[in-house]
Amino acid sequence: MTSLDSLGGTDTTNLTRRGFRVLGIGIGRQKAMFSLAVLFSVLFGLTTVADAWVLGWATDHVIRPSFADGDVATGALVAGTLLFITAALLRMISVVGRRLIGGIVYYRLVAGDRRNVTRKYLRLPVAWHQSHPTGQLLSNANADVEATWMVFNPLPMAIGVIAMLIGAVATMLAADVVLTLVGLVVFPLLFVLNVVYQRSQGPRMAQAQSLRGDVSSVAHESFDGALVVKSLGREEEETARFATASEQLRDANISVGRVRAVFEPLLEALPSIGVLLVVLLGIGRIESGATAPGDVVQIAYLFTIVAMPVRAIGWVLGELPRTVVGWDRVRGVLDDTTQMPYGPAGLDGTGPIGLRLESLGFSYEPDEPVLEDLDLEVAPGSVTAVVGSTGSGKSTLATLVTRLLDADEGRVLLDGRPAAEIDHDALAAAVSLVPQATFLFDDTVRSNITLDADIPDETVWEVLRTVQADRFVQALPEGLDTELGERGTSLSGGQRQRLSLARALVRNPRLLVLDDATSALDPAVEQRILRALAERSQGEDGPTVLVVAYRKATIALADQVVHLADGRIADTGTHAELRERSSAYRDLVDAYDQARQEVDHE
Amino acid sequence: MSELPIKESREGSLRIIRRGLSLSPQIIEGWRVTVLLTLLGTAGTSLVPVVVQRSVDNGLGTTDGGVASDRIVMIVAAAGLLLLISAVAAYFAKIRIFTGTERGLTQLRVLAFRHVHDLSMLTQNTQRRGSLVSRVTSDIDQISLFLQSTGMILVLSAGQMLIATAVMAFLSWQLTLVVLAVFVPLVISLKVFAERMSVAYDHVRQTVAELLTTIAEPVVGAAVVRSYAIERRTQQRIDDAIATNYRANVNAQKIVAITFASAILVGGVANAAALGIGVWLGVVGGMSMGTVIAFIFLITLFVGPAQMATQVITDAQNAVASWRRVIELLETPADVVDPGPGSTPLPDGDLGARFTAVRFAYPEGPTVLDDLDVTIEPRQRVAVVGETGSGKTTFAKLLTRLMDPVEGTVQLGRDTAWADVSQVSFDDLRRHVVMVPQEGFLFDSTLAENLRYGRREATDAELEAAIGDLGLVDWFAGLPRGLATRVGQRGESLSAGERQLVALVRSALADPAFLVLDEATSAVDPQTELRATRALERLLDGRTSVTIAHRLSTAENADRILVFDAGRLVEDGHHSDLVDAGGVYSRLHASWVAQASLGVRPETMVR
Repeated sequence: MTSLDSLGGTDTTNLTRRGFRVLGIGIGRQKAMFSLAVLFSVLFGLTTVADAWVLGWATDHVIRPSFADGDVATGALVAGTLLFITAALLRMISVVGRRLIGGIVYYRLVAGDRRNVTRKYLRLPVAWHQSHPTGQLLSNANADVEATWMVFNPLPMAIGVIAMLIGAVATMLAADVVLTLVGLVVFPLLFVLNVVYQRSQGPRMAQAQSLRGDVSSVAHESFDGALVVKSLGREEEETARFATASEQLRDANISVGRVRAVFEPLLEALPSIGVLLVVLLGIGRIESGATAPGDVVQIAYLFTIVAMPVRAIGWVLGELPRTVVGWDRVRGVLDDTTQMPYGPAGLDGTGPIGLRLESLGFSYEPDEPVLEDLDLEVAPGSVTAVVGSTGSGKSTLATLVTRLLDADEGRVLLDGRPAAEIDHDALAAAVSLVPQATFLFDDTVRSNITLDADIPDETVWEVLRTVQADRFVQALPEGLDTELGERGTSLSGGQRQRLSLARALVRNPRLLVLDDATSALDPAVEQRILRALAERSQGEDGPTVLVVAYRKATIALADQVVHLADGRIADTGTHAELRERSSAYRDLVDAYDQARQEVDHE
Repeated sequence: MSELPIKESREGSLRIIRRGLSLSPQIIEGWRVTVLLTLLGTAGTSLVPVVVQRSVDNGLGTTDGGVASDRIVMIVAAAGLLLLISAVAAYFAKIRIFTGTERGLTQLRVLAFRHVHDLSMLTQNTQRRGSLVSRVTSDIDQISLFLQSTGMILVLSAGQMLIATAVMAFLSWQLTLVVLAVFVPLVISLKVFAERMSVAYDHVRQTVAELLTTIAEPVVGAAVVRSYAIERRTQQRIDDAIATNYRANVNAQKIVAITFASAILVGGVANAAALGIGVWLGVVGGMSMGTVIAFIFLITLFVGPAQMATQVITDAQNAVASWRRVIELLETPADVVDPGPGSTPLPDGDLGARFTAVRFAYPEGPTVLDDLDVTIEPRQRVAVVGETGSGKTTFAKLLTRLMDPVEGTVQLGRDTAWADVSQVSFDDLRRHVVMVPQEGFLFDSTLAENLRYGRREATDAELEAAIGDLGLVDWFAGLPRGLATRVGQRGESLSAGERQLVALVRSALADPAFLVLDEATSAVDPQTELRATRALERLLDGRTSVTIAHRLSTAENADRILVFDAGRLVEDGHHSDLVDAGGVYSRLHASWVAQASLGVRPETMVR
């Protein structure tokens, strides 16, 4: 949007050149289909000119002789009617061909780039995703891809129009050189007017589009915060806020309308003015015998039927700025070279994995380390809790351990093997992360848990029992086959977290990382789940567990507690040991109790 | 919409349009002038055929020298002038249409927005919020798009065809009948085309929705996709969605292409018929040469509108459907209404609450709260406990009048001055009673603006004073930009705990006599938790409060505990009275103790 604004004034020739280059790329991708669409479009242009020629011919060979002789020129009349119908038939075929094939070209280009962009999303590392706003990425794959190729809707038509104009000028020249001059003035004028129209409309439309987004954000926000609005009686202020945004949109829309109101009547009147000029000049030409009445009628008719298609050229040129902006955004994703390659090694053996961190360091921004110099040993089959206040680096640690991010310094070792050397499938099979923010697919309960892996229903139910989700899943209308999401059932935060946990557990991971993955659960439910997990870990093939935790009861389940403070390990030990020797740890963990005691003493 | 029998839906549509126009009178304000200008504006298109006819019949059609040049020049000059007038009229007509529709629809948009805030479904049913947003955004946009684009084309085309028909009828009624007869089959088939197009577009819309959801998977779920190595599965789902969407689009395009093109064929047949029959009529019936040629020009005025007709019908159906949705929303009565003039004032100072024989049920739903009689004294600190679905949240909502009871009364007041909450004006009620929701929802603005939701005219100094009063100075000092700190969308730049702090300060600024709190269940970072607990303590000091408690400490420290179970108040008393009574509270308490203390064994956990 802002880029469109800035495009308005600056280097338009360069912009047009770049736009044409994108057109070239699109044409290159759909050579055969595009050529076919253009072929149909050229046929359309020529048959349109032919239509006018038929009228001119009919005037001179059917209408005039018949009226002059007072007798129907039957042979010519039949020919005339057949010519009209044939021209129309050809025109119809050409329009079907142009619109259908042209549409196919556009939809193929869009589908192709959607595939390219989403494939790239799947290859780009999580760190890259974290540094790009979600809304922007979604719009890159949707609106931007469409904006890039939208120009291919009018493009074949515009090329056909060029053929049509050449044909029109040629037939006009054949009919009368002087009258052709009118065409040579009116057609370019029509063309220029169209381009000016599209160019002045572009930034205004973009402005309106952006304001439409603002109106939508205000509505979303205000309705999401309805409880606050209502309980503090802020309805009127909220309405005023929404009215302001709506009025800005209204004014922008009216401004778009004003431009339309100026140009559309002009564009409509121009060809009619052409006809009037043709008639005016035609008098003299016919009087001097230089031209036949049929030629004048033909040229006048040409102006009438050519006017509308000529707009296609304006549409193409008007669309080019959007094409360039869309293309730049799409290329921005496709050309990104960020990568995080996986290694070739497997992870041998079964049972819980041992985890070791060696002087691990990480930062999102240079010189602002999030984690520094972490050394940690987690024994196979043990439960380790990571404790720390907000911003101490707990979530970052969880993502480093599961290798969604790579450390800047030091390394993560899984069973003694550097995580960076392990191949993607082996890593995913051995290590499961349950992230803080639950993500469910718009799919069935079963697919959300199995992710389409071949896992029998009994196993799924068993895991659902472990995470205390069996009862609510049974109560769902279709059980495991219930569709979740937008068009299906929606679940509470706690239910979603339980399915997310089930997804991890059903894979029998050898290392399980829970990043505050039970925060929306009732504390009692959380306890039962974690206890069941801990019991599994005691067994032969339970996972090693690393859990980011707040609640004391959870921490108490751990064999080992890691206290993170300001990106460093402040202390490691059992809960009792840390409590004993660290007041900072005590403050952190005993916050609830402390608050309670204070209240009691008042 | 498409399932409705045509007749019924047409009548329904007329009602919707009438109602819609009465809600946005600006759209048709001065419509007589607009229609006149529009007709004038479209008249320009019929000028050319007339000029051609007059010119040809004044000698342009012959080569034998009988050209009445002066008359033709006059005709052309007159036409030029009319063309100019017509263009100017078209300009004004369009300006009027754009301005009128935009003003009218903006008013409708704001009206609908305001009404949504009065509907309890907004606070009760979070799943419907998305659709409520579309009522005030995309639905209105759809109507606006129709009125200004295809609707305008409809009006212009109608005007154009009306004038063209009039000109035709004036020139020759016989040929007029011929041309109309040729277009009749097309008009009849339009209905079929429009229905098929509407089905095809519906399908496209469905596939777009699926496409957007699947494309969101690798973006929103990036961590999940990567950590479970399901890139191939995800790509397959996306590719399938892209392919389905592609097929739906191409299928719709087929119908569009065929309908668009069929008008051209009909135009060609009309040309042929006009030529054949026109020439014959000329020879036997004295029709002029100019008339025959003029008809061929006039036919072009029918082809354009016929090409667009299917699109116009489809858009019109969509627009009416949108309009219907907005109107239905506006016609949904607000379930909780302000008593208006004649409301009962609440006494200033301390407030208590009194429930008398209260029952509540959702429309057509089971009773969720029944037979409730309870009085809360001024300055009492009450904790409400119970399982999910026990009725404790309903209790809080009735107290703050987010809902009205089905039976019985809820009153606020003290001593002898009591007022039925349904008779208290919203302004008065909200000055005295404030609810603090579980999640501290923040608006995408600065901290100061968010705090001012509590008291709109508060100065920066007052805001800082309120922060100080709640003992949050150290937290506030740690914020990089103080009151000017931007909180981000939904307050996401702050942690969940910090958002709760903001909600508390906000409530403190509102300075109500009566506070209703829904305690947060989700765990927050302990330091912030500690701050929040202290701040809350200060906030509650000197006020009446009802807290939906999820924590042991809250219940233990309350003056009084109300225990709800299956829609009834089952226990009422102090912690010390209830804890060993062996009732619902004893069980809840045991479960709290179990999860809060250390080293608990599974068998002591309470189900």
